[in-house]
Amino acid sequence: MANQLHNPVPIKRKYFTPGVFVLIILALNGLVFLIGRFLFGIGAVTNLDNQYPWGLWIGVDVAAGVALAAGGFTTAALGHVMHKEEYHAIVRPALLTAMLGYTFVAMGVFVDIGRWYYIWHPLIMWNGNSALFEVGICVMIYLTVLYIEFLPIVTERFIGRVNLPGFLSILNKPVDKFLRVLDKGLSKTMFIFIIAGVVLSTLHQSSLGTLMIIAGPKMHPLWQTPVLPLLFLLSAIAVGFPMVIFESLIASRSLGLKPEMHILTRLGSMIAPLLGIYLAFKIGDMFIRETFVYLTEFNTASVMFTIELLFGVIIPLRMFLSPKVLKSPLLLFIASTLVVLGVLINRINNFIVAYTPPYAEKTYFPSFGEISVTVGFVAMLVLAYRFIVMNFPVISLPGKHSAPQAKYTIRGVGK
Amino acid sequence: MPGKSRRDFLKKSAIIGAGITGLSTSTAKAGPKNILSPDRMGVLVDTTVCVGCRNCEWACKDAHNLPAGNLESYEDRKVFEKKRRPDHTALTVVNEYSPGKNSNMPVDVKVQCMHCDHPACVSACIVGAFSKQENGSVIWDTDMCIGCRYCMVACPFQVPAFEYHKALHPDIMKCDFCFERTKEGKLPACVEICPVEALTYGPRTELVRVARERIKKNPDRYIDHIFGEYEVGGTSWMYLANKDFSELDFPKLGDKPAPGVSESIQHGIFAYFVPPVSLYALLGGIMWISKRRKELEEELK
Repeated sequence: MANQLHNPVPIKRKYFTPGVFVLIILALNGLVFLIGRFLFGIGAVTNLDNQYPWGLWIGVDVAAGVALAAGGFTTAALGHVMHKEEYHAIVRPALLTAMLGYTFVAMGVFVDIGRWYYIWHPLIMWNGNSALFEVGICVMIYLTVLYIEFLPIVTERFIGRVNLPGFLSILNKPVDKFLRVLDKGLSKTMFIFIIAGVVLSTLHQSSLGTLMIIAGPKMHPLWQTPVLPLLFLLSAIAVGFPMVIFESLIASRSLGLKPEMHILTRLGSMIAPLLGIYLAFKIGDMFIRETFVYLTEFNTASVMFTIELLFGVIIPLRMFLSPKVLKSPLLLFIASTLVVLGVLINRINNFIVAYTPPYAEKTYFPSFGEISVTVGFVAMLVLAYRFIVMNFPVISLPGKHSAPQAKYTIRGVGK
Repeated sequence: MPGKSRRDFLKKSAIIGAGITGLSTSTAKAGPKNILSPDRMGVLVDTTVCVGCRNCEWACKDAHNLPAGNLESYEDRKVFEKKRRPDHTALTVVNEYSPGKNSNMPVDVKVQCMHCDHPACVSACIVGAFSKQENGSVIWDTDMCIGCRYCMVACPFQVPAFEYHKALHPDIMKCDFCFERTKEGKLPACVEICPVEALTYGPRTELVRVARERIKKNPDRYIDHIFGEYEVGGTSWMYLANKDFSELDFPKLGDKPAPGVSESIQHGIFAYFVPPVSLYALLGGIMWISKRRKELEEELK
């Protein structure tokens, strides 16, 4: 049975490597500018102004962050909702990526809003007309759901192994007992959260596209369309598996593991149809609204649109159709990276490039501080990912089979 | 004649102001206040009358406790060399343009929040900090705002400004149609100070009538367009001019309310929560069926 391949364990490796030190430096550099932002205001660190109220932090940290964390709900839908157990080995890494991704999205929002100490306001102050309200509430609930979905990994790590230091050791037994009760409760109710996670993702992935519609003529016609929510949802679904492949191949390379090609190849074979649907809607929308005329002009908008569509969708779509690509780790990695970058550029295009305010004095380009914070957040995310896979059972070791595990039952839990 | 109608409007505004104070008990709601009262007030800006004295800029700052300087310093016409926008230091500014038809006087255009009838900011604001009040003003509530600046993204006139230099409690700054003053029956500060009566305050319906009459009586003086009568579904502030509004840096906007498309999508996705709940049920069904199928397969083995 395929599910025998599902055997997640903490990957024991040395945490600090030269690459890790580079990431730590990048993270610290980001922190410096973060401190600057909180001490001296958004204007001191960013190039944002009254013409361009949203920039890199919303376009990349938030919008692209949410899209690239889509692997969490697409693999949950595949593995749990459609019950394809052969994919269970990638569900946990994807879940971890989504959990960390959304955590950093929340941190991005926290940094970008002027009054960060009011971040809880949307919980009690509702505006049902606002797309941003919907995104905010959905992301908050989904983040909670992701943490709940991750809890069984924590209980699995500690059940039978609770070892508190010093006098706290008298609590070992009660804590263990609590974890077992928690684990049992979670395994019975987990399906509620898994379905909720998929529904919430569908909602806010699309509402993220609704966000810019209200900007109306301030947004370039190449991107401004009433089907934006659909395009955002379809592109999020299409980028989910490439992101999982991208991240899985990097992780196995970095941790010195064999790439899980038996799963990744099958996962890769599903990407072409998903990209195809997205492409069909994107091109269809372009022809219905006759916006292709803007492509004959040569400017930033037309160039960026072409890059996004050609390198982000069309070329990887062709690549994913080829069996040779699906079987080669390198080519699969390149094709997946193209889709990931394509969606990243698409979100940047929608939120930054397409935004043309009527009274702009200059065009916006992110400041060194803004870029530092974004890069710093990514570095922190990678460091957190590395720490968690080394200490929690997230990544499955291929070839090291144990007895097949029933869903959510944990070793050491007797019936 | 403008004097008479102004007194008339003043009286009416006092009555409406009194009415608003009586009605201002806020009730629990799932969205911001968005009232489109038939008696809402507005201002008609006649750019052919404006002389560019910028007294309104001073009065506005004075009324909103912003550093205003002395009134004489506003006589300096050098500021017109550059086109300016309202920001956190000035909620209204006057810009100057080359003369229009049948005139050799430059055209001066006062810029501030248009107080839309269907405001994009009210629709967009994540916490509902913006509201359209019964008297026509679109105002912002400092106790709610989280500083996300989505209102600035949404506004078709690019009006709301943000205090980027402030680390703590930055405000969204924009013209509030002198909400506090009109509540007490006073005129908006800019309308009150205007020495040439370029600004007429009154019920919006009345202002449209006045504007149409002026165009009809003086077809040589005006172009046949009241900016704000229909733009983005109508605005409380409206403009008359003697040259095309696009030459005066007004954005070219359709007649549809700015939040229309976005709100109908939003309400479509959330129609009584039917779509999300159906999706939940559908996924639950798929999950149950696929699990059952797997179990059957195991049993058959």
